[in-house]
Amino acid sequence: MDLFFELLITAFLIMAGLFGLVGSFGLLKLNDAMSRLHAPTKATTLGVGGVLLASMTYAFAMGPHYSVHELMITLFLLLTAPITANFIAKVHIHQKESRDSLPAAGEDGSWATQDLEDTDDES
Amino acid sequence: MKLLQRLLPHPVLTLLLTVTWLLLVNGYSLNSLVFGFGLGVIIPFVTQPFWPNRPTIKRPIKVIQYILLVLYDIVVANVVVAKIVVFKSNAKRQPDWVTIPLELRTPEAITALAGTITMTPGTLTADVSAEGHALLVHCLDAPDPDAVRDDIKQRYERRLMEIFE
Repeated sequence: MDLFFELLITAFLIMAGLFGLVGSFGLLKLNDAMSRLHAPTKATTLGVGGVLLASMTYAFAMGPHYSVHELMITLFLLLTAPITANFIAKVHIHQKESRDSLPAAGEDGSWATQDLEDTDDES
Repeated sequence: MKLLQRLLPHPVLTLLLTVTWLLLVNGYSLNSLVFGFGLGVIIPFVTQPFWPNRPTIKRPIKVIQYILLVLYDIVVANVVVAKIVVFKSNAKRQPDWVTIPLELRTPEAITALAGTITMTPGTLTADVSAEGHALLVHCLDAPDPDAVRDDIKQRYERRLMEIFE
């Protein structure tokens, strides 16, 4: 049984390492800022998730106690990753995009980030 | 019943806070259960003025189904993005912006949708329109932007509509 858990933990760790590596590689390889944002928001979720799964399996099978802290880390990670990405995207829109380089905003006419710029100009 | 409602304005949040506290303590004991429940009563009571028009969740089972679907999609998203990053050359990749008109009106539901879009295959929420009627989404590789839009509306927005509205 120990061997089974050892194999399982190893598999999780290798998977996590691979996805972490791909995420970092993506940062180097992709050629524009918005695309570069994709690599860390996704590849790292499974990268970190794999390490946490391995840690939980280890604590469950071999440690003195079971451990559930990892679930909290996963939860906080899933909650915060989209927000960080959104903030970076907003900075990108402020600095690099103009009204013409983004698609039309439908019935509202403008995107929230650029709408704010306008009110700043008028005041 | 009225008194109970005033003391526990948000039973779901109370339960969530209690469970979160137990998870943080990393083990079950009566001590931490009582303390966690105490926090679960005090925090919703004190923060009550901050959510005047909170949405009611119509079908709780749908929430669990939705979370499982999103978790599954996150795993798929990781593989899909990894494939694009490793195997597709930058010249062949077609990154693009997509506008997603929203039928959802509840702010909490739109937030949930935006978070879901960021975590799932090759898409990332960048902005919301001035009055909250559309989302600006960036696609890592979108040969067909319309298909991406329809997929998001079909797969996630329809389910969130069932939960919140």
